[in-house]
Amino acid sequence: MARAAISGRLTWRLGRVVELVDETPRCKSLVLELPDWQGHRAGQHVDVRLTAEDGYQAERSYSIASAPEDEQLVLTVERLEDGEVSPYLTDQLRPGDELELRGPIGGYFVWESSQGGPLLMVAGGSGVVPFRAMLRDWAAGAREVPARLLYSSRTLEDVIYREEFERVAEEGADVQLTLTRQWPADWQGHRGRVDRDLLAEVSWPPHQRPLVYICGPTAFVEAVAEALVDAGHEPGRIKTERFGPTGT
Amino acid sequence: MLGEPGRVMPPVSRGFRGRRSEHVEAGRVPPGQYVTPDFPVLSAGPTPHTPLQEWSFTVGGAVDEPVSWTWEEFIALPAETVTVDIHCVTKWSKLGTAWKGVSVDTLLDAVQTEAEYLTAWSDRDYTTNLTLDDVTGGKAWVAHEYDGAPLQPEHGGPARLLIPHLYFWKSAKWVRGLTLTSDDEPGFWETYGYHNHGDPWLEQRYQGD
Amino acid sequence: MEALDGNAIAGPLFEHFGAEMTTTIGACGHCGTRAQVAELVVYMRAPGTVVRCRHCGNVVMVLVRIRGEVRVDSSAFRMEQAPGES
Repeated sequence: MARAAISGRLTWRLGRVVELVDETPRCKSLVLELPDWQGHRAGQHVDVRLTAEDGYQAERSYSIASAPEDEQLVLTVERLEDGEVSPYLTDQLRPGDELELRGPIGGYFVWESSQGGPLLMVAGGSGVVPFRAMLRDWAAGAREVPARLLYSSRTLEDVIYREEFERVAEEGADVQLTLTRQWPADWQGHRGRVDRDLLAEVSWPPHQRPLVYICGPTAFVEAVAEALVDAGHEPGRIKTERFGPTGT
Repeated sequence: MLGEPGRVMPPVSRGFRGRRSEHVEAGRVPPGQYVTPDFPVLSAGPTPHTPLQEWSFTVGGAVDEPVSWTWEEFIALPAETVTVDIHCVTKWSKLGTAWKGVSVDTLLDAVQTEAEYLTAWSDRDYTTNLTLDDVTGGKAWVAHEYDGAPLQPEHGGPARLLIPHLYFWKSAKWVRGLTLTSDDEPGFWETYGYHNHGDPWLEQRYQGD
Repeated sequence: MEALDGNAIAGPLFEHFGAEMTTTIGACGHCGTRAQVAELVVYMRAPGTVVRCRHCGNVVMVLVRIRGEVRVDSSAFRMEQAPGES
């Protein structure tokens, strides 16, 4: 086995929890302050590590929800029922606590305006987190390409960042929600799972060569990617990031 | 990790305990292990689904005559119910797990061998190495039931090795045979640095432990 | 437990190679299919991490963490760029 020959820049460091924000009944955003944070690209993640008093450790990755332009680093965590790390982050952390993390990490699932578009983001549940960063980054820039988010959630109550997405929609992004389990009687958005028909309705046609980013649980990501490729989109213009289990 | 020369203790996350039980009698679990009520599924690949009509179990290699059983033949072999503690090298232990299976003694009785080692092999090219001593004398089974029900594919069904006195990676899931060998031949994880023997009571997790 | 993709091992790979690896392109040593590391199939819940080719399912990389150090066997993933180049 090859041993590490190079010492890279990815070191564990401590962030201080500044604020905890209830986003939905299951999701909380952690606002963190990190001295010497060098910035990041929209779509990147951090690895978070928890250490118990007896040395027991658990590590998980979380997408960065804040944009490179934002002052503070924000992570959004979904509390998994039988999770080991997420319930600690959502239930136990308090402002003033320190959190060990390393990052930013990731060079594949990133978007910057220089990459062009049109930009299509497809999110399943908490897979929407990196797209908040991308949309904030898009809104802070020259908005040269159109940006569209198709976000699938079980119920309206589970939709993260709803007000913020309404605001970015007013600024010209196209945010479309689909609810899969339950929707209000007067619901004007889409209903049901993201399937071929919904993708055909929402996506730019293949000849316009959108840059597509898909994030969420593995089954969701693979079904959406397969549908888009079947519809004629170039596999090379589709990027995927699979999350572990998510409740939303 | 802690206890290694030159490694500084990382900062403690206030109040973090992880998914672990509080109260365990001293000496009940090997050093460095934590008890869990769950049964985590650890997997290195997609779950195999060999249809039972295609399934067989073979004892071969350094034997006079290899022997194979079909599923029907295998299920007809004498089986035992055992309740054991299991210990995973990733540090979780599960106490009092109930299994039903065929003792490896029964399977090895069907062949003649002078070999002292064996390689257990599974669907999808997984292997792990063992000594004859580790799998004889009532220490090992090929289990086909867990907790009173047929062993589920995600936990290694239709049949897996069960060797509770070693770390659980040695209890190969989806096991299909034992190949007797004259030398100790490191299997999949052993090749990557896990311990050849794997005794949890001596904390033999990695080569060199 | 469903599989993840190479994004999930970006941190450990950086630890080992000293560089961001998710955009590194390589060919599967078994079937020749080319892919970026981010596109590989990753099983993290084992004694180590097993990375498989999306096309043929064979193992292309294995990561283990032994005594605090990440070891990587990527001999079945023929990288087309040196770590850090992409």
